[in-house]
Amino acid sequence: MNVLTDNFSTYWKGFLGTVELTVYASVLALVLGFVMASFRVAPVGSFRAFGTAWVTVLRNTPLTLLFFAVLLGLPRFGLVLPFTVFAVLALGCYTSAFICEALRSGINTVPRGQGEAARSLGMTFSQTLAHVILPQAFRSVIPPVGSTLIALAKNSAIAGAFSVTELLGTYKTLSELGYNIIWTFVWIALGYLVITLAISALFNILEKRWGVAR
Amino acid sequence: MKALDHSATALYDIPGPKTERRHKLYGLLSTLAVLALAGWILYLLFDTDQFTHTKWMPFEYKGIQELLLRGLGNTLKAFALAAVLSLVLGTVLAVGRLSDHRPVRWIATLFVEFFRAMPVLVMIFFIYVALKVEPLPALVTGLALYNGSVLAEVFRSGINSVERGQREAAYALGMRKTQVMAHVLVPQAVRAMLPAIISQLVVALKDTSLGYLITYEEFLHAGKLIASNLDYDLPFIPVVMVISPIYIGMCMLLSWFAQWVAKRQRRNPKTEAADVAPAEPGTLLPGVQ
Repeated sequence: MNVLTDNFSTYWKGFLGTVELTVYASVLALVLGFVMASFRVAPVGSFRAFGTAWVTVLRNTPLTLLFFAVLLGLPRFGLVLPFTVFAVLALGCYTSAFICEALRSGINTVPRGQGEAARSLGMTFSQTLAHVILPQAFRSVIPPVGSTLIALAKNSAIAGAFSVTELLGTYKTLSELGYNIIWTFVWIALGYLVITLAISALFNILEKRWGVAR
Repeated sequence: MKALDHSATALYDIPGPKTERRHKLYGLLSTLAVLALAGWILYLLFDTDQFTHTKWMPFEYKGIQELLLRGLGNTLKAFALAAVLSLVLGTVLAVGRLSDHRPVRWIATLFVEFFRAMPVLVMIFFIYVALKVEPLPALVTGLALYNGSVLAEVFRSGINSVERGQREAAYALGMRKTQVMAHVLVPQAVRAMLPAIISQLVVALKDTSLGYLITYEEFLHAGKLIASNLDYDLPFIPVVMVISPIYIGMCMLLSWFAQWVAKRQRRNPKTEAADVAPAEPGTLLPGVQ
């Protein structure tokens, strides 16, 4: 039970590591996911093909394999970066595929008349997308994007097993110090619950503010 | 652009000749950019000597090929076990959540919500490290708890999405709840749920690679063994280039199967009574993958 009070700094560091990974990877995933979603709905065929390939490959890649390739493979390639940066890259790229699909299905929920009206006002493709379609699409994708980011927070545990400082990774230090392993895991589990509940609460607020009733 | 693209999106009209030319130019430029990127990666690969004979030699040996095959077999074994167990657990939990008895419902709900909220890896590590279970049962149990909980939600929403009139008509004929379930709701729901179930199995297949982290001797583990072999000059990149297509290919095949089933279902009048979405949003802690 006292494993938390004795080792608060270890847990805290791990907790912050998970939060940091989640935040950076979320930003990367949202940006990349947005880019890929606009590729997938673009009028140019090769953009669409690239977006589709990105999503198909990443959605069908086991995340552990991606971590393996990025964290252990890339350094052999001559690319040496801190492990945390690699972990953010792997998590962000992986999640971007799911964000892209969420955004794309959001774009599909916007009635066609909206785009037609925008075009009849003389708007270009990018203007239609930026001023008419996306603002409406964003409101309907808040829940699926929220659940995707919760999944990202949970997936960040894999980084810990690849020795990035993070919440799950703390079990190793503490078990070496001889603490009760079951209590260690109870506190780790609670840490993840706090993070996922916080994301879920945040997205509930966003949905109340901007969500659309469907 | 084809008429099909036009009907698929509200974003643009069928382009005229001028726009068509512009689009072709964009297409050409982006293709060139992708090719340049590929060329740069290829240059880097050659520059860091990834294609030397020593690094690719291990794949010529029978022992190493067998090691990889054994790893693949272990991956599929874990997947098969996890798939069957999560389907069973999912059914049990869905029955619990649809129960008429409040305590049963509560326990099932608590179970489902807890295991959906936990990272799978934390569960697997807990079973492996704290309960000191062997790698394979630890991996399979972790996967079954998580995917079973997600599947329970799929089953529940599937049953609930069968049109209300079906249930009401069955009750009006004097059927009991079990009969209504077994003869009316489940047969219709299962057909409609099939794509969502298969997509969840893709998640289970992908997650078998977590076994690597608890030293279960699966495919990735076999790759790691070969990759860290000094005799072949640490062939990390060749190993990644060999095992990734196999892993991704397996998952893609299963995903395509799910899409194919979904497409067939859409044309099937029997599934029209129910329409099941993947078990993502909706509850306190959504989050599938």
